[in-house]
Amino acid sequence: MQLERLADTFFNLQVMQQYLPKIVEGFFVTVQIALAVVLAGIAAGLALALVRAFRIRALNFFIILGVDVLRALPPLVLIIGFYFALPTIGIRMSAWVATWLALSLVLAAFAEEIFWAGILAVPKGQWEAARSTGLSFVQTLTDVVLPQAVRLTIPPLTNRTIAITKGTALGAVVAVGEILYQAQTAYSFSYNPSPLVLGAAAYLILFIPVVYFGRWVETRFAWKR
Amino acid sequence: MGGDRPILEVRGLHKSFGALEVLKGIDLAVRKGELVFVIGPSGSGKSTLLRCCNRLEEPSSGSIRVEGVDVMAPGTDINAVRRRIGMVFQSFNLYPHLDALGNVTLALRKVVGQPRAEAERAGQQALARVGLAEKAKSFPNELSGGQQQRVAIARALALEPAILLFDEPTSALDPELVGSVLAVMRELRESGMTMVVVSHEMRFARSAADRVIFMDHGLIVEQGTPEKLFNAPEHPRIRDFIASIEH
Repeated sequence: MQLERLADTFFNLQVMQQYLPKIVEGFFVTVQIALAVVLAGIAAGLALALVRAFRIRALNFFIILGVDVLRALPPLVLIIGFYFALPTIGIRMSAWVATWLALSLVLAAFAEEIFWAGILAVPKGQWEAARSTGLSFVQTLTDVVLPQAVRLTIPPLTNRTIAITKGTALGAVVAVGEILYQAQTAYSFSYNPSPLVLGAAAYLILFIPVVYFGRWVETRFAWKR
Repeated sequence: MGGDRPILEVRGLHKSFGALEVLKGIDLAVRKGELVFVIGPSGSGKSTLLRCCNRLEEPSSGSIRVEGVDVMAPGTDINAVRRRIGMVFQSFNLYPHLDALGNVTLALRKVVGQPRAEAERAGQQALARVGLAEKAKSFPNELSGGQQQRVAIARALALEPAILLFDEPTSALDPELVGSVLAVMRELRESGMTMVVVSHEMRFARSAADRVIFMDHGLIVEQGTPEKLFNAPEHPRIRDFIASIEH
């Protein structure tokens, strides 16, 4: 019967059981890269936005240029470039590092734009009030503007972070042992797509809580104006 | 006392925004304890004058001294001078992420360098002075406009400034809330605070100001006691302006 064939193809328990340990292994690799990307990407994005707030023309030119390039390039191009092209000029990195670096740079670029928009969205009167009490530019930025800017940026930043951390699956291309790579490998060994279903389930287990966490953070940090 | 030297001394102040000259040579001296009221049509340069005094706007030329310190001299620590010049804005500009006490104590902690406990004691006192001691833990969005403006006054007051500048402090308020802010300002005047007030509250000017200055097109047209300026101005422009405001 059709239904049985469907079950046998996609939900083959025997195959699933056999490859579950591999998928679990991949799960932890994905978690590892994703966390490293979120930390590095958001920190770098915030740092760039803060530097940009000083409005040093020459510096900002390069920040904007770099950010625009990184936002335009598909992350996969960066990963392949880092892993396959850079060794030809003597820069070698592991597949893990290439994936982490590429995704971190892309997240940093988007995060910079989001933080910058948040900084700009804080009314000028906030700067003026703070400066009029003697706060320096940097104190005003860190103690008055940034706390408000960060709250404004949490919804778009959460969405962007989720989108980019899902890009850890691109690491499969350069054989990083994350979820998709493990699932694909298992599939080619077993000639049965059930491990892919298992992989999809692993992604859901990982990212659905993140989506809910994002929503919770949004409400937690919202405040009435 | 030896308070001959004015708290605020402005000389030959010019300010242009591009081709537009907003201030065309302002001379103004404010003595200790004096309440100077600045009136004039919109676009006359009143707010710009105030904002030049603490260099929120960069003057084009002229000199400004606060307690004898040249505000515009290259070696002047502008943040130190700003501690001595309190400013109250039309739109309050309270920090929405901090409660009333946090608003009042931020500069005490970051600029003056007071430890939290000491800053909070001073902050509570400042809030008590504006009648909002019990609102210390309220956030700006939980306060009425009048209360927000009084917190903003407390924020400026907490630094024990030599002079307070008010930039249309009641213009953004519902009419029934104006009184509470003016009452605080009156109390400040009685306690000897030096103040420069840009406002359209003519009745308050009549009863509280030591001196009224009428500005138009970037110049001081006339100044004098409220009686003289409101009842017998030399310039008909002033009479017209006051009539247009007061009916």
